[in-house]
Amino acid sequence: MLEKDTGKKPVDNLQDFFFELADTIRFAGRATREIFRKPFEGEELVNQCYLIGYKTLALISITAFIMGLVLTLQTFPMLEDLGAEAELPGLICVSILREIGPVITALIFAGKVGSGLGAELGSMRVSDQIDAMEVSGTNPMKFLVSTRVLATTLMMPLLVVYADAVGMFGSFAGINLQGNVSVRLFITQSFQDIMYYDIIPATIKSFFFGYAIGLIGCYKGYTTTGGTQGVGSAANSAVVISSVVIFIIDLIAVQISELII
Amino acid sequence: MTDILKNGEPVIRVVNLHKSFDDNQVLRGISLDLNKGQNLVVVGRSGTGKSVLIKCLVRLILPDAGSISVLGKDVLTLPEDELNELRIRIGYLFQEGALYDSMSLEENLLFPLKRNRPGLPQKEMQELIRIALENVDLAEESEKMPSELSGGMRKRASLARTLILNPEIILYDEPTTGLDPYTSHEISELIVRIQEKYSASSIVVTHDMKCARTVSDQISILHDGQFIASGSFNDLKNHENPTIRNYFI
Repeated sequence: MLEKDTGKKPVDNLQDFFFELADTIRFAGRATREIFRKPFEGEELVNQCYLIGYKTLALISITAFIMGLVLTLQTFPMLEDLGAEAELPGLICVSILREIGPVITALIFAGKVGSGLGAELGSMRVSDQIDAMEVSGTNPMKFLVSTRVLATTLMMPLLVVYADAVGMFGSFAGINLQGNVSVRLFITQSFQDIMYYDIIPATIKSFFFGYAIGLIGCYKGYTTTGGTQGVGSAANSAVVISSVVIFIIDLIAVQISELII
Repeated sequence: MTDILKNGEPVIRVVNLHKSFDDNQVLRGISLDLNKGQNLVVVGRSGTGKSVLIKCLVRLILPDAGSISVLGKDVLTLPEDELNELRIRIGYLFQEGALYDSMSLEENLLFPLKRNRPGLPQKEMQELIRIALENVDLAEESEKMPSELSGGMRKRASLARTLILNPEIILYDEPTTGLDPYTSHEISELIVRIQEKYSASSIVVTHDMKCARTVSDQISILHDGQFIASGSFNDLKNHENPTIRNYFI
């Protein structure tokens, strides 16, 4: 769909951007504070972890497997030319654990869960369901937002670990399309050069990926205006902004881990 | 529960309420009193701020100026926890029903019960749900999802959810909008029946004059953000001011 020309000057857009950024930060503060305030919404949290985590597994499995397989098939000829095929499992393993696994999983997660949160809360907003919850004495920020943000934060690292494992399996399948390598040899070659700093920073950044995706999806949905068109726009911008933020977090995480290590 | 109210004090008192959205002044100094057991109908054309007014009463919208007292409490200064306690004593029927899409009808009614009456045994909750659904003639539809219900059924279901916590005040936002004349009449009759049964006070916001005639003790006409007249249906219908009479054509 073509975007309408709003007639705004760039400086107005910049002003809007900073207003929205400030609003998002305030929203994040409120949502995070509500996570730690009693009473805890345990039942809803478990429900959201199930919906967000378990129901994304199939998509993550397919993409992670293909990612490992393709990466291996693309890299194999180059290493073969250099006579370094034996380095392939280690190379793929480092790539997946450090970067490709977390980032690709986060992007898929943003596409499925981020847009879902934007659409769900957006349609609840425009059909007065959030207001109805509020007037019936339930804090929607706690019940709807905090539970979802916490669920995405907790589920994301688990999905990344799972995607890494499936991606490695894809890589194993790719290597076996080229030649015959046993599982034991593949695992030995994959993990012989892996250090703690290949795993820990990647795991930590995936918490932040999950938090950002949940927060942006919920923010966009919770603040939806403009009826059904607004819902579509909320879902769309939740994915776009989450994707950009994932790369920004990734960049920051890489810089920090370089400094520490 | 209303023992904090002094004798004869209105259950809702609004004084000099103002609300603007950007340059659009929606409410310009609204004042009203709602007495215990009274049914006040607020009529006015679309966009005159009727819904904004009742949203201010439960602090879904913050007014720019004025004061609102509900059941003896100052709504605008209440801390969040106390506001939530007060909100439980007020029922709110939304224009489109606002049933939770992801829950069945029964779960829609169970949700406020579970959250606000957590100590209530499951059996008692089921009984309350059954009674509430029977009151709105939807006892047979309890397993259905909101998307499977007609517009009128959704309104009735929403009313049942409003009633489940036995509110002392009920706020109706356009209860008959979008319904055919027969269903509109049915909903209006239902509102009257419920008022009698639960003896709650209510504010009904509508532009449906048939509904206003059926449910009102008193009518206030909102015009350009101000009340221009108040009185019984017949008084206002025969009012000397043609602007007021025009609402009843």
